[in-house]
Amino acid sequence: MNNCEYQQIDPQALSTPTPTPTLPPRPAVEEERTRRKWEVFPGKNRFYCDGRFIVAQQSGVLPLTLGLILVTTVLFFVFDCPFLVKHLTVFIPAIGGVLFVFVVTSLLQTSFTDPGILPRATPDEAAYIEKQIDDSGSSTYRPPPRTKEVMINQQVVKLKYCFTCKMFRPPRTSHCSLCDNCVERFDHHCPWVGNCVGKRNYRFFYSFIVSLSFLTAFIFGCVATHLALRAQGGRGLIFALQESPASAVELVICFFSVWSILGLSGFHTYLVASNLTTNEDIKGSWSGKSGAEDPGNPYSYNNIITNCCSVLCGPMPPSLIDRRGFVPVEESLQTVSTEMELPMLAAKKEINVVGGPMPSQLPPLLCLAGSLPSTCNPPQPD
Amino acid sequence: MAETHNLQDLQHQAAVASKVYVQRDYNSGTICRFQTKFPSELESRVDRQQFEETMQTLNNLYAEAEKIGGKSYLEGCLACMTAYTIFLCMETHYEKVLKKIARFIKEQNEKIYAPLGLLLTDPIERGLRVVEITIFEDRSIGSGR
Repeated sequence: MNNCEYQQIDPQALSTPTPTPTLPPRPAVEEERTRRKWEVFPGKNRFYCDGRFIVAQQSGVLPLTLGLILVTTVLFFVFDCPFLVKHLTVFIPAIGGVLFVFVVTSLLQTSFTDPGILPRATPDEAAYIEKQIDDSGSSTYRPPPRTKEVMINQQVVKLKYCFTCKMFRPPRTSHCSLCDNCVERFDHHCPWVGNCVGKRNYRFFYSFIVSLSFLTAFIFGCVATHLALRAQGGRGLIFALQESPASAVELVICFFSVWSILGLSGFHTYLVASNLTTNEDIKGSWSGKSGAEDPGNPYSYNNIITNCCSVLCGPMPPSLIDRRGFVPVEESLQTVSTEMELPMLAAKKEINVVGGPMPSQLPPLLCLAGSLPSTCNPPQPD
Repeated sequence: MAETHNLQDLQHQAAVASKVYVQRDYNSGTICRFQTKFPSELESRVDRQQFEETMQTLNNLYAEAEKIGGKSYLEGCLACMTAYTIFLCMETHYEKVLKKIARFIKEQNEKIYAPLGLLLTDPIERGLRVVEITIFEDRSIGSGR
């Protein structure tokens, strides 16, 4: 009946007053307003609109990215489009508009969508895993690198233990130190979008960079055409630039962006086609550096089309962190005894007892499960 | 109705004896699949075959949610063309199957596991990492544990 560390009811422990600074006010505090889970989220993320939108702690250069795109496009529409519509075709601002909408929507979705954050292990779960590790190894000394090996498609893959999240990371999951979260299918943390890029928002990120390459190339081409048309008849480029100085600004921005964004799009197209992440590519996880035998990527379907489809058009996984769910208010002694064992986790105790056998908890629990889809849609800028 | 009453009685009377965690099975890759190996802690509580059947059905449901086929491609392409704004009004296939899974677990709890003093927690509550099985003390039986 006794678990190794987490005794649920121990009358003697109940009577000791010492390790429970939060215990006495608990019954009085039960009347406090119910809080949403995003308010007690342990990672370094910020939430807006009552948990609908999630961003990393530092928004990085997201305002700069947005600003650059907006400024360039607005200048394009105001200074170049009238001339081009008159001399060429009305489709130019139409195409520009569509591309702009795509770029901004994908950017905002990449920034505000949960990238695939894994919620941290509950204390019971962490204790269970620790017990299993200790049972198999020595009980006095903890070996520092805790790894577990699994076979995926006849290949050995090592799963590392995450000391922050207290669990063995699933394959392809990595812990982002900037956001302090484990993210599934972690690609990289992108400062330009101010968020991690992972399983859930990779498709938005990819469509952002692809549409942005088209947009910058399109604006670059149109501005160059505009200046060329103005410079016709021997009047020269300087004259054209003097007539339309905004075009010079756009040219400079687009010229420098096009190379980097096109390069990035090409790189990510390669990653999508081989079902790799930036993290794996940089670390050379599957590059077969040991000997001539190339182990290959165990997640790849060995078919470019299947890889692309599974990465970009696969089913949209749900958000696992349930930002807008309510933190259940525990009422019984069982969770109080859990608190005693872990006084330092007092602030996060509500998350830990979601699955517990509380009398009032089961119906809300099932309601939470039922309401999950409506709360976990990818956030949209309304 | 009798089973639901039993479940709530269980929560009122019983104390949690321990929790067992069934981990993910990564042998087929990153798809969501749980190990079907019968945990030794449940030996005295539930029939092995019954438990394995529950886990297998659960795995099949998750496989259905994550299946890559014509329907998911259509959903993905449609979403891409509408700049993913379609997710505002449409429930994804995955979410529909998750609701099905929640109903399945509730039904399994009511019919099979609650009378045995066990409670399965929906894996989505644990980030799809584990299936948490709470083992209740059998106070009502008076086994003197």
